Amino acid sequence: MSGVRVLVGTRKGAFILTSDEKREQWDVTGPHFGGWEIYHLKGSPVNPNRLYASQSSGWFGQIVHRSDDGGVTWETVGNEFVYDGVAGTHQWYDGTEHPWEFNRVWHFEPSPVDADTVYAGVEDAALFRSTDAGQTWHELSGLRGHGTGPSWQPGAGGMCLHTIIVDPTNPERIYIAISAAGAFRTDDGGKTWLPINKGLQSEYIPDPDAEVGHCVHRIAMNPARPNVLFMQKHWDVMRSDDAGESWYEVSGNLPSDFGFVVDVHAHEPDTVYVVPIKSDSEHYPPEGKLRVYRSRTGGNEWEALTKGLPQEDCYVNVLRDAMAVDSLPSCGVYFGTTGGQVYVSPDSGDNWLTIVRDLPAVLSVEVQTLP
Amino acid sequence: MIRVTIPHHLRTLAGTGAEVVLDVTEPVTSSSVLDALEVTYPVLRGTIRDHVTLEKRPFLRFFVCMEDWSHEPPDKPLPEAVATGADPFMIIGAIAGG
Repeated sequence: MSGVRVLVGTRKGAFILTSDEKREQWDVTGPHFGGWEIYHLKGSPVNPNRLYASQSSGWFGQIVHRSDDGGVTWETVGNEFVYDGVAGTHQWYDGTEHPWEFNRVWHFEPSPVDADTVYAGVEDAALFRSTDAGQTWHELSGLRGHGTGPSWQPGAGGMCLHTIIVDPTNPERIYIAISAAGAFRTDDGGKTWLPINKGLQSEYIPDPDAEVGHCVHRIAMNPARPNVLFMQKHWDVMRSDDAGESWYEVSGNLPSDFGFVVDVHAHEPDTVYVVPIKSDSEHYPPEGKLRVYRSRTGGNEWEALTKGLPQEDCYVNVLRDAMAVDSLPSCGVYFGTTGGQVYVSPDSGDNWLTIVRDLPAVLSVEVQTLP
Repeated sequence: MIRVTIPHHLRTLAGTGAEVVLDVTEPVTSSSVLDALEVTYPVLRGTIRDHVTLEKRPFLRFFVCMEDWSHEPPDKPLPEAVATGADPFMIIGAIAGG
């Protein structure tokens, strides 16, 4: 019988939530790595029992764990992330030059074609790859070295590379996004990179149409239509129909186009989900109502999804890596909040159930659809 | 034999108790103690000091014989009491939070 495994990273450990295809009854294990910040966990599409976890601490730095049995047991693997060559500088908040310093792994993206290959997006922004299942890491330095790197500046959360999307039809094509540099694409497996920010407008930077400097919060793709991308920018929900060559706004009737997460239905490439947040100064939902917004038209026309979600006195946030979709026939949508709740909708967003409500603040949510 | 006490989370990571005992080649310094610790427990590499620069992580402290040894040169010989195992070399996580 098929089922799902939800991987939840929180401020104080990791939790694994499992259920059958009905997604009504849940088994919760954890905390794994109790007391540590777990920025992200993700499983290999090739070997679903292989999981990676990014454990980070201001005291003890970066730890990387790997499980080969679906999260029952874990082993520590390589945690040496060294920038290629002379690390150089990027811009600091005040515009001065600041040396590139490794802080943590924000996101792991296991390869869709090789169980031993995994990408890591890190702060300060860079992309690393391991081809030995996490034992050793090597920077794909063409990204930082393509020309604009020295002008990148951190967002409020640090200069993090938080989004990695490997094109499932062409693993040489990879999209990444950095706060607050923007989106970039490689078509040669990471050797060379292009900024792909044309059409983004950010009024909070000196040149609103700049080639880089945009605070991209998240990008999502439906694997069946890999040239179409959806983006939640700091402000604005954006869409590209040409692999990021150009973007146009699809915020439409959203109550706020600020937010962090965006995701796409597993079977309907024009069905998109966002969680509007009131503003960049008020990181909570408008009117204290936690609403997922769904567009079935690829953007612009959005409907509020509220059944089962708190509609009063709710002032949580949903962070950029904290939404995911499963690929069961009735697509499940998941998200976690800074208040420690993890919600699931087993029916594409129509109805929501609380899986667990009192976890530490949720940093990331991923889901695996199991046979 | 050198005694080293390590903080809670690193004990969990390395699978040890609060104190470990190490063989350390002379001269016994904070650098040679940490070298021996990382050889015995490779999982601790990168958690106490940087992989490349070998600088101590900012939120950690080294205490020796009731003194803060955090900012002493890493190659400075440790007191005799530590070198003989009478007193431990203590790795302490800075207290922070709220």
